[in-house]
Amino acid sequence: MNPWMHYLVWPLVKFLVAFIIVQGIVAAMNWVERRLLGFVQARLGPNRVGPKGLLQIIADPVKFLLKEDIVPANAETIAYFLGPILPLIPTFLVYCLIPFGPPPTFVAARVNVAVLLVLALTSTGVYGIILGGWASNNKYSLMGGLRSAAQMVSYEVPFGLSIVGVLMLSGSLDLVKIVNYQADHIWNLFPQLIAAFIFFVAMTAETNRTPFDLPEADSELVGGYHTEYSAMKFAFFMLAEYSAMLVNCCLMTLLFLGGWTLAIGGYGLTTQTLQHMGIPGGMLGVLIFIVKVMTFMLVYIWFRATFPRFRFDQLMDLGWKWMIPLALANIVVTGVVVLLGQSLNFQGEVVLSIAGAAIVGYTLYNLRPRAKVVHASRVSEV
Amino acid sequence: MNAAFLVFFVVGTIAVASSILVVAMRNPVHSALFLLLTFLCVAILFVVKDAEFVAAVQVLVYAGGIMVLFLFVVMLINVRHLPDDRTLSRFWKGGVGVGLAIFLLLATVVRTGTYHDQNPNKKLLRSTASHRVRKVTNPDGSVTRKRVVRHRTVGNSEAVGMALYQDYLVPFEVASLFLLVAMIGAIVIGKRELSAPEEETSPDFILKRMETEKDVKEAMSA
Amino acid sequence: MTWNDVVFLLPEIIISIGASLLLLAPVVGWRQRETSAKWSMLILLGITALTVIGCSYWVQEIPQSRSLAGMFALDGFAIFFKLIFITAIAMITLLSDDFLRESRYSVWEYYSLLGFALCGMMFMVSGMSLISIYIGLELMSLSSYILAGFFKNEEKSTEAAMKYFVLGAVSSGILLYGISLIYGVCGSLNLLDIGRALSTIITNDALMFGVMLLGAGLCFKMAAVPFHVWTPDVYEGAPTPITAFLSTASKAAAFSIFARIFYLALHDFQLDWSNVLATISALSMVLGNLAAITQDNVKRMLAYSSIAHAGYALLGIISLNSLGLRGVLIYSLVYVFANLGIWATVLMLRRHEYGGERVDDFEGLSRRAPFWAFAMVIFLLSLGGIPPTAGFIGKYFLFAAAIQAGFGWLAILAVLMSAVSMFYYLRLVVAMYLREGREADVAITRPLQIVAATCLIITLLLGIYPTPLINQATESSRWIGARAAIIPHAGR
Repeated sequence: MNPWMHYLVWPLVKFLVAFIIVQGIVAAMNWVERRLLGFVQARLGPNRVGPKGLLQIIADPVKFLLKEDIVPANAETIAYFLGPILPLIPTFLVYCLIPFGPPPTFVAARVNVAVLLVLALTSTGVYGIILGGWASNNKYSLMGGLRSAAQMVSYEVPFGLSIVGVLMLSGSLDLVKIVNYQADHIWNLFPQLIAAFIFFVAMTAETNRTPFDLPEADSELVGGYHTEYSAMKFAFFMLAEYSAMLVNCCLMTLLFLGGWTLAIGGYGLTTQTLQHMGIPGGMLGVLIFIVKVMTFMLVYIWFRATFPRFRFDQLMDLGWKWMIPLALANIVVTGVVVLLGQSLNFQGEVVLSIAGAAIVGYTLYNLRPRAKVVHASRVSEV
Repeated sequence: MNAAFLVFFVVGTIAVASSILVVAMRNPVHSALFLLLTFLCVAILFVVKDAEFVAAVQVLVYAGGIMVLFLFVVMLINVRHLPDDRTLSRFWKGGVGVGLAIFLLLATVVRTGTYHDQNPNKKLLRSTASHRVRKVTNPDGSVTRKRVVRHRTVGNSEAVGMALYQDYLVPFEVASLFLLVAMIGAIVIGKRELSAPEEETSPDFILKRMETEKDVKEAMSA
Repeated sequence: MTWNDVVFLLPEIIISIGASLLLLAPVVGWRQRETSAKWSMLILLGITALTVIGCSYWVQEIPQSRSLAGMFALDGFAIFFKLIFITAIAMITLLSDDFLRESRYSVWEYYSLLGFALCGMMFMVSGMSLISIYIGLELMSLSSYILAGFFKNEEKSTEAAMKYFVLGAVSSGILLYGISLIYGVCGSLNLLDIGRALSTIITNDALMFGVMLLGAGLCFKMAAVPFHVWTPDVYEGAPTPITAFLSTASKAAAFSIFARIFYLALHDFQLDWSNVLATISALSMVLGNLAAITQDNVKRMLAYSSIAHAGYALLGIISLNSLGLRGVLIYSLVYVFANLGIWATVLMLRRHEYGGERVDDFEGLSRRAPFWAFAMVIFLLSLGGIPPTAGFIGKYFLFAAAIQAGFGWLAILAVLMSAVSMFYYLRLVVAMYLREGREADVAITRPLQIVAATCLIITLLLGIYPTPLINQATESSRWIGARAAIIPHAGR
């Protein structure tokens, strides 16, 4: 094949396709979130525009486009403009690296250090929030930006550390290889249960979502870093946030839930099986992938509907005193088991899965309802 | 002129220009942003040299971590613009002169030097033995598990890992001591003196004061 | 990495674990127990010293050159210097005791940082690879920066730390750039490999530049002219025990790696750098001694004096012969103990924050504390290199080495400058014995007495009967000497 086609045109086409689809999903997520929140809170949510309120997806962007674009008087102009736009670039770039289905068709750029690159790119997402908060020339915005910087830098650490266990098991930084490894053995969710938990919490914190939405805590900071933003710039912030959520869910799926495969121990829909099935197989893989990703997106929203917000010191305590030590302990345990498994020739994943199951069992046992349930009508008798 | 050279030329120019702007900007946030640009350009240069691991780490550590903390501090201090009085301007000519002199020295000396030539393939890609349990499909169709030792050439991240954790293990560990000392230093410089007896926020002090107040109240009421 | 490899690093492992444990002590509620801090530190140093001695017997059967992938060696040279460092740090611990008790700064962190500095110095002097030397050097430097600014509420201390840190960081950058150029040319960071590679390279601009940068970085660490500007300010501003640390242990560490790198790696590259270093040495001696004359502040005076001493020590490195190598060893030991004695006496005079810093403060010391005034005279004579003291032996070896290597003019200059140095050393003696002045206010405590007495004994004893020291230096320099081909027969 022509190298220009191979190295430039095809990846670009793939990226654009992925970009359009993902942006469609992101736009739809807004509607999904509002409807779902409505459902959880026993109300309706947007249901007026179009059937079931579906046209809200189009109505919102139109509204943002038509609104007045306000720039505060003493704003730092360049930084104020860069704020909403800067975080979009790395988030979109990540779509190049994420395999949405079996390779080589469904991945724009396969890099052998993909995990690191994705981490690197997502870690630069914080700039938009910091810059936006700083440039607005508003105390609330500044506080939001500062909180966000501290929070994202803190949770970057457990975010990265929790992946190390996965990397040790699969022995590669290539996302495709990690997925294939899981299809050949078992979803990393089971041997890396603690890591998966830490990863999910850290990614919630990374994207500033409830219960870690302190940078934009509306009861304390008005709107946080985006207080002074309106119209399309505000929409860009939202776009970046939802895109980052989606990227994180993709990562979660790829690292812990076997990506586009649906196999265990090499049986089932592995990458090879899907590749043999040709284009329909690939489409099936993408479908499996999207279903998994969407599950996590819904969990995100479920979180938002369920948990109250943390206080800032609690957030920092959780990150530094619990998440990081736990992630480190997970690395040590995983390393020891993998090493022993290699030298004594047993399946480290199985041992880790059993240990993970034991931890879950123990936690659930400790959390069992212990107080005697007393019916309300008999309270006076007790 | 191949593509790698083109990329190097363009990105290198941007890197140099933005690093000059880092010093030239009067707004610290703009300086920080140009420093960020420099880091990203350097990361791209690493990719051009086939060192994608270093590139990723460069972005992750410098752009994602250190620069954020820079900005954090700049925002905490909240300096919009540096004062316009040019107190250092009488040195700038000398500074530029020295800089140019060093640049010329480097350009002449470093470029003309002959360097140790190692076979690049041998150096970048090293062979390692990995022990893995693999599924093997037997001729009769049954599937068994078998331990295989594969000798393979490894890529970037593996080579870095081997160098760090085998050849340079001890210096690597000493570097961790180094970071520990840096942390102690930051805490020693940053913290308030806890040993100060009149520290008003220490629990002991508060308890003692509460007791004193109680005593005083009792004495008053008696 | 095998157990044999661990033996090479056992002292460093022990001191680093110990220093980390010192950090934990306040956590378990020992924050106020300052005496425990001192004793813990001394016990830790004692264990480390015993380990060094134990390991020195242990490693005799193990081939040195390829231990730990060629990163570290535990040869006689390293053991000699490690023991000097440990003793010096122990003495600095004793010097710090009262000083810290008066201030309200946390002692445990202080001692822990001293421990890490020691750890860095020990790694450094064992380093057989430029990378391990560099990382050890940085560990030591970083601890020193923090210690120099430890009294953070005092402007002078903070200023000193800031200057030291900024200049130190720049010099580290220069050093690293030099190392990277040398690596580029030689293809290895191991000192022996570099030495081997250099014997085949005739001329190479990049290599010369690399060696120049390396030398500049090291000269900064040992405060040789023209990389000395930080010294007086830092010495003046830092807490006095830390000044003692900077001017003794830290300095000796710089001598040691200078000697190790140049003797092991660059011995075949001699002609290009020896003249440059000779100039630096001459400049250091002249500028250091002349500037010291005009100082009224004792700390600044000793700072300039230490610049001059860096010049003397460079003689032993330039000469590149057996006498020179032994001279560096002997001179380091002699210099460290004479200087520590002086600092102990300065601390005795310290009444308030900055007492004992001016030459005037010494007035009348001979009447208030005749014995310690006498000790001070001995230490000063030793620094000047006057015969009955140990300083004479050190300078004798260095000057003889220079003459043997054909640097006669430098040796003559060194002798002249030693004479000049006696002028300002005697200013202190005159102040102590001949000036009436106000009564010197002294606070002679037990730890200070112990340090001063030990230094006095060492200085006098080795001055009168230097044979054991010379024998030990000969023994200790054998391995490096054999590698540098300045001693005919191969050591172990």
